Amino acid sequence: MSTQSVPRQFPVPLAWPAGARRGPVAVGQPRHAPSLGIPKVGLSEICLSYRTQSGERLLALDHIDLQVHAGEFVCIVGPSGCGKSTLLHLVAGLQPPTSGQILVDGNPIQGPGTDRIMIFQDHGLFPWLTVGQNVEFGMKMKGVPRAERYERTQHYLRLVHLAKFEKSYIHQLSGGMRQRVAIARALATQPDVLLMDEPFAALDAQTRDLLHDELERIWSDTGCTIIFVTHNVREAVRLGDRVVLLTFRPGRVKSEFPVDLPRPRSLEDPAVALAAREVLDELRDEINRSLDAEYNEGVKPHIEPGVSA
Amino acid sequence: MKRALRYVLFYSALLGLWTLLAELKIWPPYLFPTPWGVAESLYAGFADHSYWIAIRVSMQRVVIGYGISVVLGMVLGLGVASNKFLEETMGGLLVSLQSLPSICWWPLALLWFGLSQNAILFVVVMGSLLSVTLAMEDGRKQMPKIFGQAGRNLGAKGFKLFWYVLLPASLPFIVSGLKQGWAFAWRSLITAEMLYLSLGLGQVLMMGRDLNDMSAVIAVMLLIIALGYIVDGVVFKGMERHLQNKWGLAPAS
Repeated sequence: MSTQSVPRQFPVPLAWPAGARRGPVAVGQPRHAPSLGIPKVGLSEICLSYRTQSGERLLALDHIDLQVHAGEFVCIVGPSGCGKSTLLHLVAGLQPPTSGQILVDGNPIQGPGTDRIMIFQDHGLFPWLTVGQNVEFGMKMKGVPRAERYERTQHYLRLVHLAKFEKSYIHQLSGGMRQRVAIARALATQPDVLLMDEPFAALDAQTRDLLHDELERIWSDTGCTIIFVTHNVREAVRLGDRVVLLTFRPGRVKSEFPVDLPRPRSLEDPAVALAAREVLDELRDEINRSLDAEYNEGVKPHIEPGVSA
Repeated sequence: MKRALRYVLFYSALLGLWTLLAELKIWPPYLFPTPWGVAESLYAGFADHSYWIAIRVSMQRVVIGYGISVVLGMVLGLGVASNKFLEETMGGLLVSLQSLPSICWWPLALLWFGLSQNAILFVVVMGSLLSVTLAMEDGRKQMPKIFGQAGRNLGAKGFKLFWYVLLPASLPFIVSGLKQGWAFAWRSLITAEMLYLSLGLGQVLMMGRDLNDMSAVIAVMLLIIALGYIVDGVVFKGMERHLQNKWGLAPAS
């Protein structure tokens, strides 16, 4: 389990607006220490099964145990169909697990809560609202007074460099800008936990690199906990303190990889590539199993070692 | 410019044909009036305020009736769309009821409400409720799931979720159904008004018949068409344009 032994190479400004709750971990302290007790998010024995169209029961998630510590950046990788997105929906409270418990700060969750905000792959922004109104939405639902809402909206729009676009509608923005609005909208409710469901999968490589840097900066500024789902191993290693590998159907935790690399990182770092290779070697079996299931005629396109992550 | 010219050409040809037929005197003038006879009727009707009153009464009724339909229809449609039991039972009933012309409710309405404005409103509601309900149900199903998830995730629930998320998210999908509902409401209203002395446009139309005044009948018909067209062109076109601008949808051509 990695602690922050390497000095942080970027400043840690206190970016919360006045009156905002600070991140749960004091600046300069190790981000997560297992000895500190109650994890921020604890999944114990999570199972999820559902009935398919043909009526058979399908086990999607099988006894998932996962502890995420306050301020930790955990990435979950797995082949498509392993239930990793579903796992996030469960943590968000959008759907109950078949069995098992989801704890936040040691308390079982009761449906959705603004302490856990999800960022979706296709951003889920509201096209009938302006950028500013989108960012404001969560606060409006919470009943935050108008003046404070306005101030915080401005703050978070500046944080993602979109202050100029407050009055724009979503369809007028590029994919990368939309994802930044989604991040601002999520942060504006001041969640403890960000749940990111392949948020950058649909973006081009340059935009994604840029957003990786921004996300890392925002994470370090706010001290929030992030659970980040991706199928891109390199991305997971680039961003995460820890990479959790899920198996293909039913989803189980296959292994966990602490990532002890100094930040800020870059996707091109040889060390990132090396660590990704290690994860990918384990992932490959699962990808093959998923492809097997996909082409269940027996035509199996085998993934050769060395395919880029 | 070219389009305007085509319009002018088409309508002058239509008017010309009408005038020609009227002038040939194949039918007596009280059965087949000339365009200026109709124009005179229109002028007279507005001059003695009877058309103004009729328009006001009819518009008031249709706004109330249609308003009730929209509110009820949205609630019903949302219920049917989000509840599997309701969908399987009531969904089919709603579709089959749509084949019933709304005026078939008139006898029931008379018994229940008597010869009153409420009977007319009832027929108007029955005429447009189904379109709105079915449109809402369909819109709710077509609406991408992610909006509801994102809304709940950001803390919206219950009425707030409906009002701030589900309703605006489904608007682009229900606007054509709302438009259709409006057209049905308008038709049902005129039909019901024709059956009962009621001050509205439908009654003015029947009065023309009773007086053997065909130019008055045609004048009122033109009024009914014009009002329907104006509401459609101003209210619904405006709404569609507004939605297109916000959502960035390509204008439907």
